Amino acid sequence: MSDAHKKLAGRLAILAVGLAAPFLFPAYQSQMAELWLFVVFALTWDLAGGQMGYNSFGNVVFLGIGMYACVLTQVGLLYDIGIYNGARGGGSATFVFDLPHYLEGLALGLPVGALLAALAAAVLGAFVLGMRGHYFAICTLGLGVAAGEVANSWEWIGAGSGMVPPTPPQVIGDLSRFYYYFAFALAAVTFLVLGWLYRTRFGLAINAIRDDEDKAEAMGLQTTRIKVAAWVIAAVFLGVSGGILGNLKRFIDPIDTAFSGATFGVWMVLMAILGGKGTLWGPVIGAVLFEVIKEATWTYLLGWQRVALGLLIVIIVVFFPQGILGWLRERFPDRFGRRVEADLSGTAEETAR
Amino acid sequence: MTAILKVAGVSKAFGGVQANRNVSLEVEAGRIVGLIGPNGSGKTTLFSSIVGYHPIDEGSIRFEGQEISRLRVVDIARLGLIRTFQQTRIYGGMTCVENMLISSSQRDARLLDLFQARSPEREERAGDLLDFVGLYPKRKLEAGSLSFGQQKLLEFAMALMNQPKMLMLDEPTAGINPTLINGLIDRLKRANEQFGITLFVIEHNMRVIMNLAEHIYCLAHGELLADGRPEEVQNDPRVLDAYLGAH
Repeated sequence: MSDAHKKLAGRLAILAVGLAAPFLFPAYQSQMAELWLFVVFALTWDLAGGQMGYNSFGNVVFLGIGMYACVLTQVGLLYDIGIYNGARGGGSATFVFDLPHYLEGLALGLPVGALLAALAAAVLGAFVLGMRGHYFAICTLGLGVAAGEVANSWEWIGAGSGMVPPTPPQVIGDLSRFYYYFAFALAAVTFLVLGWLYRTRFGLAINAIRDDEDKAEAMGLQTTRIKVAAWVIAAVFLGVSGGILGNLKRFIDPIDTAFSGATFGVWMVLMAILGGKGTLWGPVIGAVLFEVIKEATWTYLLGWQRVALGLLIVIIVVFFPQGILGWLRERFPDRFGRRVEADLSGTAEETAR
Repeated sequence: MTAILKVAGVSKAFGGVQANRNVSLEVEAGRIVGLIGPNGSGKTTLFSSIVGYHPIDEGSIRFEGQEISRLRVVDIARLGLIRTFQQTRIYGGMTCVENMLISSSQRDARLLDLFQARSPEREERAGDLLDFVGLYPKRKLEAGSLSFGQQKLLEFAMALMNQPKMLMLDEPTAGINPTLINGLIDRLKRANEQFGITLFVIEHNMRVIMNLAEHIYCLAHGELLADGRPEEVQNDPRVLDAYLGAH
């Protein structure tokens, strides 16, 4: 079997497992939906964090914006958002979403979320991507906290009491299964798009920025535009994932769900590093492992799960700073298309010493 | 012959240190011009001023007739004026070939042009130029794993990949194995002749610069001390004083 065939077979196997999983393990549907969203989180974080060397702790901003934008669009198409959010806790009004309207809201809401998240990335990126290293990381951390505080005090979108996404019509049936397929499709599309992106010159350009930004600039690469573009691409997918996550969770808390820097914000970094940042498969592997560990500690170490996660972070940073794939790449460079020794079969007349 | 680069009355101070004072010089298109001077005489500062790393205090810098002293680094690079660094700079986490591929000219490139797949012609050019500097057998190695001298050669090949009109080299032979220096001089000359790239070279190695350059400028204490053909500069008593420390 050729490499291309193997690759195709592998992808078809993942597709088959992904499609069948809700029927094979119906009890774990929502966790598996979350898993695919985590794959999107890790992949998009790695676009700027791993491939470009810009470690962001603020990507939850795009997640949250996508989440609110999607749900607000869904509601706003049929009802007044102020009245909808004001009615929580014992209002007399009822809000019904029938199937055509529900799907219409979703079909419009997810792209709106992507668009607004991308817009936010373009505007914020133009400012904060001028900073480098720790300054960038700290600044993005602040952005995430600030966004959460804004949402937490904005009455129109529900403020601190949060917001409830539209109740789906009965015919949709199992909501977790419904959104599982959205999450799976998004993860697949994200993976394919980023895989393509890393094969283009854009992929090389962001790697160059990671390795030496001054040099890249001196060679004529328009680094600012490239950096903003990378963040915008990450934000598009994160925005969509936000819309899915909000509807999947059935409740949006501004600080614990939408702009949750302490959970999703840190987890996406952790997943990418665990799997191996700067690789295509690393974030996927990291996300799967992380979700399994998170659910296992939640189940078997209830009360201590956060401690176990914290311990995991320490172990990864100390013993596996390059992540699983990074470690494998160092041990078996040939399998990753890299050589550690010169290839003397080349046509060079002389070899520099 | 027309001047591709015209520096007129450029001054630059860092706080109280006057790094360049009223420096004027010209580089003719298609030539190899040298810049020498004792340590701390302001050579690298002048290079950095020309390519836009810091604003100059006074004076004018023209590249192909266009004033560039107010342009940013990236815009100057896109005009076809490229510099290499004294402390070699390459993309350490990428392979040599990848270093080359991303170094191709950005002159007319827009952001959208980056979203193309890699082109076979570009790969071939990258291979040819790596062969030109003798690094072809190491093309799949991570650039960061090369020795300092090899990185210097790679940086030179990357600059050629960019197809600049003018290339400014900051000490191209420093740190290179002496047995390879002749080969490097030869390659610099060939880059000048075959690719038509104007070279402006800072060099400490007198034997190298005397062999290479057709015209040499000498800086001392931030000011232009002398200029002329290599043998003229070499025998100029003021230059000898500056190097041997008559002050």
